[in-house]
Amino acid sequence: MIDPDTSIGGVEARFPQTHWSQIVQAAGANSAAREALIIAYWKPIYKYLRIQWKCSNDDAKDFTQGFLARALEQDFFTGYDPAKARFRTYLRASLDHFMTNAGKAGGRLKRSSGAPVLSLDYSAAENELSADPPDPAESIEEYFQAEWVRQVFAVAVEELQRDYAARGRETRFAIFARYDLDEDSHQLTYDQLAAEFAIPAANVTNWLAAARRDFRRCVLEQVRRMTADEREFRNEVRALLGIDA
Amino acid sequence: MTDKTVAHLREVIREPELAHGRYRALDQIGRGGMGTVYRAEDAELDREVALKVLKAESEMAVERMRREARILARLEHPGIVPIHDVGILDDGRAFYVMKLVRGQRLDRYQAGAHSMTDRLRLFARLCEPIGFAHARGIVHRDLKPENVMVGEFGEVLVLDWGVAKVAGEAETIAVAGTRAYMAPEQAADPGCVDARADVYALGKILRFLIEADGAPKPLLAICAQATAEKPGNRYQSALELSRDVERFLDGLAVDAYPETLADRAYRFYAKYKLLIALIVAYLVMRGVIILWTRH
Repeated sequence: MIDPDTSIGGVEARFPQTHWSQIVQAAGANSAAREALIIAYWKPIYKYLRIQWKCSNDDAKDFTQGFLARALEQDFFTGYDPAKARFRTYLRASLDHFMTNAGKAGGRLKRSSGAPVLSLDYSAAENELSADPPDPAESIEEYFQAEWVRQVFAVAVEELQRDYAARGRETRFAIFARYDLDEDSHQLTYDQLAAEFAIPAANVTNWLAAARRDFRRCVLEQVRRMTADEREFRNEVRALLGIDA
Repeated sequence: MTDKTVAHLREVIREPELAHGRYRALDQIGRGGMGTVYRAEDAELDREVALKVLKAESEMAVERMRREARILARLEHPGIVPIHDVGILDDGRAFYVMKLVRGQRLDRYQAGAHSMTDRLRLFARLCEPIGFAHARGIVHRDLKPENVMVGEFGEVLVLDWGVAKVAGEAETIAVAGTRAYMAPEQAADPGCVDARADVYALGKILRFLIEADGAPKPLLAICAQATAEKPGNRYQSALELSRDVERFLDGLAVDAYPETLADRAYRFYAKYKLLIALIVAYLVMRGVIILWTRH
């Protein structure tokens, strides 16, 4: 059972708000890759701890922080060999190892003193856990992968929104959000969307197609940042699209 | 982001990137092991086409597609779906454009309420393009109901020639075919097959088509001969197989089934039962009249 919990945000408030990008930049080369990896994986890690290790929300937050900080401190990413396993497999094995050690150390590994604290929106992760609990028929590996896909898409949507806002294309993003992100709107016709946004139907067709194309680009760029070479990139894209599922 | 939205976005990303080309995807009409097929609009020729986007971006997938296009260029037959165009999308995936066939796949056709005669006539039509390809040294190697389309007017079209073997061409495909329809020699070595491997697959398709109907013995014998383990014991060509099926349809003895006298009598009865009934009725009436006049 996942218990006992505190209210999300209450305990979080004691953490100083250090943006994690500063940390990965300080860690040296390949910071873009580390940044992308942490963005894509912190939520799957948090949810994994909640489900597989049955951590309370506070413990899951602490262990997520501790694991990511330790991973950054100890050149964790350089130990990964794409030829041997998928990054997700490596990451989960490392996390399990970390948790086993944490158990032996009586929780002292949660967060090492002086370790930087990452500013992560745990309440959003908690809301997602409540809205979409794990399917009992799904293995923990499948769940971890599905959560990775969810997070990659979520980050790509944020990037798209930022990009469109910077270019004054808020309406285009709003159409994309209405049609493709609102699960109750997938059945809307383009004419209905045109009426809703008071624009010609042809604009809906073109703008939605362009937004989808840009969304795809954001997703692929994110995956590219996370991967070391073309082969790994292709494998990850296939996993992301569910082609090899 | 909910599971449903994630699944929807996956579909959105999978959609082919066609913004700068002559084609516009209208809707998805099928998805298979190799890729996804869309109904698309060809803006240049103002017609609807089927656009298949391959899943993988690998060189092997692209080569397979090009190979299929080359094979189909040799096979101009009404029973073989022609390829109009091949290329690479902006996102790197390979695509090809085919004639859009309106109808249904053979596996779905089989589930419909069609008479045995209709199914057998359809099967005989299926053998024609296969025999045509064999005559040009091409063995399909992946015949199965999912690769056969039945058009709106009962026309039969054979799809997916991507793993076909071309006589005299070096073998580049390590695994070809679908296990349930694959001849034993093809399972052992896809490179060492001839037209009789397709005959085996056709026999399996025939069995699939007649399965639900409690098929008569001669038809089962045709299936058995077509799917004999040793190629030498099968029909030696698709046309031989087709001819035996047509003989069955015409009420004639089939090569695959040595008839007993009782079988022959039954076949004769089945073929001429209306005539026999009329003759019997005539004889009975005649007998009744003779008896009536004597009394």
